[in-house]
Amino acid sequence: MNWSFIIFSVVKIAIVIGVVQGMVAYAVLAERKISAWIQDRVGPNRCAPPFVKAIPGLGPVLIRLGLFQPLADGLKFMLKEDFTPAGVRKVYFWLAPAIAVIPSMLVIAVIPFGSQLGHQQMVIANLNVGILYTFGIVSLGVYGIVLAGYAANSKYPFLGGIRSSAQMISYEISMGMSVIPVFLIVGNLNLNQIIGWQAQHGWLALYSPVSFIIFLVAAFAETNRLPFDLPEAETELVGGYHTEYSSMKFALFFLGEYSNMIASAGMMVTLFFGGWTLPFWGLDHPATTPVAGIAHILVFVVKMLLFMVLFIWVRWMFPRFRYDQLMDLGWRKFVPLALVNILVTAVVLWVMS
Amino acid sequence: MIVNRKPLTFWEKLYLPAIVGGFKVTIRHAVRSLFGGKTVTMEYPEQKWAVPADYRGAPYLVKDQDGNTKCVSCQLCEFVCPPKAIKIIPPGPAGRPADRSNAEKMPQEFEINMLRCIFCGLCQEVCPEEAIFLQKDYSLTGLSREEMIYDKEKLLALGGVHGGIQKWKQKLEEAKEQETFPVKV
Repeated sequence: MNWSFIIFSVVKIAIVIGVVQGMVAYAVLAERKISAWIQDRVGPNRCAPPFVKAIPGLGPVLIRLGLFQPLADGLKFMLKEDFTPAGVRKVYFWLAPAIAVIPSMLVIAVIPFGSQLGHQQMVIANLNVGILYTFGIVSLGVYGIVLAGYAANSKYPFLGGIRSSAQMISYEISMGMSVIPVFLIVGNLNLNQIIGWQAQHGWLALYSPVSFIIFLVAAFAETNRLPFDLPEAETELVGGYHTEYSSMKFALFFLGEYSNMIASAGMMVTLFFGGWTLPFWGLDHPATTPVAGIAHILVFVVKMLLFMVLFIWVRWMFPRFRYDQLMDLGWRKFVPLALVNILVTAVVLWVMS
Repeated sequence: MIVNRKPLTFWEKLYLPAIVGGFKVTIRHAVRSLFGGKTVTMEYPEQKWAVPADYRGAPYLVKDQDGNTKCVSCQLCEFVCPPKAIKIIPPGPAGRPADRSNAEKMPQEFEINMLRCIFCGLCQEVCPEEAIFLQKDYSLTGLSREEMIYDKEKLLALGGVHGGIQKWKQKLEEAKEQETFPVKV
């Protein structure tokens, strides 16, 4: 522990948090735009500060893409009245949004988003037990939602909280078990080592596709995205667990949900799609030059964005699961499937050795 | 009635064909609206509805072909107006004469309060001079109540020229024909 380590860590944390917040803002825009296109609509295309219109050629295109909508959305959230209903349990009511955001931010700490820039590893915390840490933190995420449902002291948020706790706990099990074959194959829990193994042997999604599919579906369930958005099923539960929240507190739940999406996209890229590596153009070993380092970061971000698009895209394809179907899928399909997957992988590895 | 539900086949239980189908449908729509420009959205202020020919929009005063005010300040529309949106100030004995022949007077001031107007069309129906018409405007906006009271100049400017109707001109020609005796029929 020396000063340069602390300084570089703080800089990395600041940059990563800034980038993730920006990505959240633009993920909301992407969500709105992509859903609009899928539904034959146009999407946000008006909002812009006055000087943008004056840019010849480029200005109208930027406005048309709605690139300034997130700024307006953020401003709106800041300026809205922060209303606290009379019947809420105040302490938990204030605590819940923070608890919803913090775990998703913490998960991002162990994800390697690049190889090296200079002598700095492009990961905030290079933990030996990276993946265990991730699952530990992810399981905290449910508390934010449960507390929000409980604190609101109102029926619909309460139902949303109950559903969410059941759903997240169930799918965490299959999610956790789905990655065990990955560790059986690689023999390491450190995410950097997993990426290194994939650079040598090829992406793990090819070795263990069943793991990937279970992880993907469980990630959808964990982030409360459609078709697993039961906790905030608008048509049934008004708004779900955040019905009673307004202004910035509501925005924090949104932030938490989208940073969860980003974190799980990052996890999937790291675990199954080679992280910052590409099998060609010599991008499969840690960078020695700054250009290669930046290229690695870009590769990671692009892969992550592709997963984000998948998250958003799937939203418009499926109807929401019924509660019993959800539980059935989680416990009676994915848990046995994950177990069989572990067993088969172990047997194959044993036979091959 | 009891609907017998068929048990799902193995492929249907895997959800995979449905997932592939979902991807196909959504990508088709996304590509169509992104690159083909085929959206169902009408971007309102730039694109507008095609208003039908007999649409009853905002009532405006019209001018005749020579650019003269048609209104003769008879005040029938003011009397008939159900929500009392029209206010006419006649010129009075010392007022300006009408700017066209065959008219005794024209209004000194003619106001329609568009916040009150219900677009019923009774003013158009009652007008003996065909000087006021319900036109195509349906989107009247302003930043204050005062702004929404349209005065004579504004109504005339918005109404424009209503060509083709000059009923006194025809009457004049009929009268001239009747001056020579015997009347030709």
